Amino acid sequence: MNKAPVNKIIPFSNVDGPGNRTSIFFQGCSFRCQFCHNPETIRLCVHCGACVPGCPVHALRQDADGQVRWDPKACVQCDACLKACPHSASPRIRWMTVEEVLLEIRRSLPYIEGITTSGGDCTLYPAFLTELFTRVHEAGKTCLIDGNGALDFRSHPQLLSACDGVMLDVKAVDPAWSMQLIGNDGTSVLQSLKYLLQAGKLAEVRTVIFPGRDRENAETVRYTAARIGDRCPYKIIRYRPFGVREEFQAFLGEDTTDAAYAESYARLARDAGASKAYVI
Amino acid sequence: MSDALNIIQDPTLTYRQELVGLARLGESTDDSLRYSDAYYAAKARGALCDLNEGVMPFRPRYICPDYELLFRKGCDFLQLDPPKDLLEAVNVLEIFYCHVPSITTYPVYLGDLDKLLEPFVIKEDREYAKKVLRLFLRNIDRVQTDSFVHADIGPEDSVTARILLELTEEMQLAVPNLTLRYDPEKTSDDFALACVRCMLKTAKPSFANHRMFVREWGDRYAIASCYNGLMIGGGGYTLPRMRLYECALDAKSPEDFLDRELPKYIDLQLEYMDKRVKFIVEESSFFKTNFLVTEGFVKRENFIGMFGVVGLAECCNHLLGITDVKKGFGLNPEATRLGRRIMDAIEKRVSEHVAPYCDAFDHHYRLHAQVGIDTDGMDDSPGTRIPIGAEPAMLDQLEVNEQFHPYFPTGTGDIFKFEETWVKTPEAVLPIIKGSLSRGLRYFSGYLENNDVVRVTGYLVKKSEIEKLRQKKQSLNQVTLYGMGAQDGGHALDRRVQAYE
Repeated sequence: MNKAPVNKIIPFSNVDGPGNRTSIFFQGCSFRCQFCHNPETIRLCVHCGACVPGCPVHALRQDADGQVRWDPKACVQCDACLKACPHSASPRIRWMTVEEVLLEIRRSLPYIEGITTSGGDCTLYPAFLTELFTRVHEAGKTCLIDGNGALDFRSHPQLLSACDGVMLDVKAVDPAWSMQLIGNDGTSVLQSLKYLLQAGKLAEVRTVIFPGRDRENAETVRYTAARIGDRCPYKIIRYRPFGVREEFQAFLGEDTTDAAYAESYARLARDAGASKAYVI
Repeated sequence: MSDALNIIQDPTLTYRQELVGLARLGESTDDSLRYSDAYYAAKARGALCDLNEGVMPFRPRYICPDYELLFRKGCDFLQLDPPKDLLEAVNVLEIFYCHVPSITTYPVYLGDLDKLLEPFVIKEDREYAKKVLRLFLRNIDRVQTDSFVHADIGPEDSVTARILLELTEEMQLAVPNLTLRYDPEKTSDDFALACVRCMLKTAKPSFANHRMFVREWGDRYAIASCYNGLMIGGGGYTLPRMRLYECALDAKSPEDFLDRELPKYIDLQLEYMDKRVKFIVEESSFFKTNFLVTEGFVKRENFIGMFGVVGLAECCNHLLGITDVKKGFGLNPEATRLGRRIMDAIEKRVSEHVAPYCDAFDHHYRLHAQVGIDTDGMDDSPGTRIPIGAEPAMLDQLEVNEQFHPYFPTGTGDIFKFEETWVKTPEAVLPIIKGSLSRGLRYFSGYLENNDVVRVTGYLVKKSEIEKLRQKKQSLNQVTLYGMGAQDGGHALDRRVQAYE
C-alpha cells in the first residue's frame, strides 16, 4: 500500500492557490532553506525521543520498539515537541494511504475548488500524488502542487498530467547564493521552471525578497520574470523573520523587507516582462 | 425616579428614541390582554420571553408592503402617483417608508430595491443614477435610523444592484441591512463575487438560500429585519421566544425534558401567540383601517406568527451535564444529536397546532431562530448557534448549521468573522458559501474583524457608534445600544476569527 508522511491537512485555505482549497502538507524536504518558516517539516523523525519528556499532556510516548508514537486525541498542539526536536522533524506526522487522505478531505469537497499539496516538499512522493490527484479529479476538483522544484518532472509525466498546475518557488538564480540560501545550487529549480513553462503547467511563481540583498534579488527577479512573461502570476514576497529559526536570523537579518523595496522588485519584474507580478 | 423620568433624563437618547421609549411605557399601562397564570410564571422565570413586544399590540410586529403594487397603482392615502422616473421612484419610497409601522417603529423591509428601481435606473445616465441612489441611501440611513431596516437584492444581476453595492462599500453605513437572494442558477459568480467583496468591506450583503425560501414560501418572499423570511404583502404578527436553557432547568433528564417540560412550554407560547394574533386581527384597528390594508399593500392572509427559540446549545449542554462549552453542542455529537431531537419535537408540536389567521400557511405558525437580545448575556446563544468562544473550525460550524437551518422558514443565520487576508481572496469565500447553501445552510453572513461596520447578532452596528454611547453621547441609530449590550453581556463581537491555521 502506497503511504506517505502527512504533517497536516488544512480543510479551508485561501492562501494556497486560487479559490478555497484543502491543503495537504507532506513531511520531508531535500532543501535546507535558511528562511524556512516551518522547519519542522524538513526531515523525518529519527525516533531519538528528545521530544517525549517535554510533552505537557503526555501525547507522546517512546515504546519498547524504540518508536516515538503520537496520540492526536490527547495532543493540544502546543508545539513544545517541535521546539525540542534537534532534527527539524516532527513526531506529529501520520503515514497515510491515499484512501485515508481521501476520507479526511471528503467533508471539505463541497466547499472547495480543489486541493493543494505542499510541505515540506510534496514532490518527494510522486507516485502517491499521482494516485491522489487521479482520485480527486474523479470528484470534480482541481489539484495543484506547491513544490520546491527539486523533482525532475520530465521523469514523472504521469504526475504532471494528473495535476492541474505547479506553484513554484524560485528562491535564487546565482548558484553560489542559492547554495548559501537553500543548501542547493538551484539548477533543478531552474530546469523545473523551464520545463513546466513548456508543458503549460506553471500555475504561479514566487520569489522572496531579502532586505539589503540588492544584487541577488535583482538577478533572481530579472531571470524569472523574463522567462514567465504573462503566462502565470509572479508573486513577490517580503522576507519576514517571524517563524525563522534564530540561528538563521543572524544570516538573513532581523528586519522585514520594506514594502516599498519589495514593490520596486514587482516593478522590475513587470519591466522584465512578467505582467502579472505583484507584491503579496 | 419613574421610568418615564429615566427616559426623559437619559443623555444618550435622541428625541426619537425617547419618544419610542415613552410610547412603549404608555402601552404597558393597559393590561387587559390577559394570559394564563402558568404563562406569567414561565415568563417570570425567564423560560418564555415576549421580546418587549408590548402588552397591547397595535400593529403586526413585521410588515412587508407590496412595493410593486405601490409603483403600479400609487397610494391614495399618501397622495402618491405611480412614479415615472428614478427621482419620483425614490421620492415615493422615501415618503412611503415613513408610514410603514413595525415593532421598531421603522420599516423592516424596504423592498427588492434592484427589481423595483431597475426600470428607472437603466433609463438614466449611470453617474446620475448613482448620485440619486446615493442620496436615497443617505436618506434611509438618516431618517430610518434603525439597523433592522432591511433591503433585498438578487438573485439576478442588475445595474441597480451593482450601483447599490458600490455605494454600500463607499458610504460604510449600518443602515439598511442588505441580503442577496442567492440561487446557483440565477446568480452569476461575477455578481456573487461582487457581493462577497462588498460583504468583506461593509459586513453586507448576507447570502440567503433562495431555493430553500422559494420552496417554502413561493417566490414572493422577503428577507426583513435581521434575517426573517416573510411574505411580501404580508409579514409577521408576533415573535415570542422560548429560552430553551431556562426551559430545561427543571428537567431531570433529556427524556424528562422532551416528555414533560418542553411540551408544557411550547403550549404556553402557542397560547400566548394565539391570543396576540387574535387581538391584532380582531381588536386593534390595523387590519380594519390602516391604509396599507385598505389599499391592499398588505393582506391579512399573508401574515404569519413566528415561533421563536433561543439557547438550544445551552439547553443541550445543561441536559447532558456538560459544563465546558468547547465539549458541548456543535462540537460533541451526542449534544448535537440531542439538539436535533429537541428541534424535531418543537417542529412537530408546533405543526400540529391549529393557529388562528394563518390560513395561507396551512393554519400553522412557523419556527424562527431568534437572534438574541442584549440582556441574554451568555445564558442563551442565538437560536441554534454554537456559543461564542466555542466555535469549531469553519467546516465543522457550517456542517452543524446545515443540520439546523432547515427548521426555520421564518429565519435563522450564522455569522463568520474573517481576518484581513480574505479581502484579497473573495474567490476563496464564495465556494464556501455556495457549498454550504447547497447543503442546507439557509443564511450566511460575514464581516471583516477590523471593519467599523460589523454584524452583532443579526443586525449591523458601527463600532465607532458604540464608542459614542460609552462616552455618554447620543447615537442616531437606535440599535447601537443593543450592539453595546450584546458585546458587553454576550461578547457578540468576539466570535472566532477565520484565519489560516
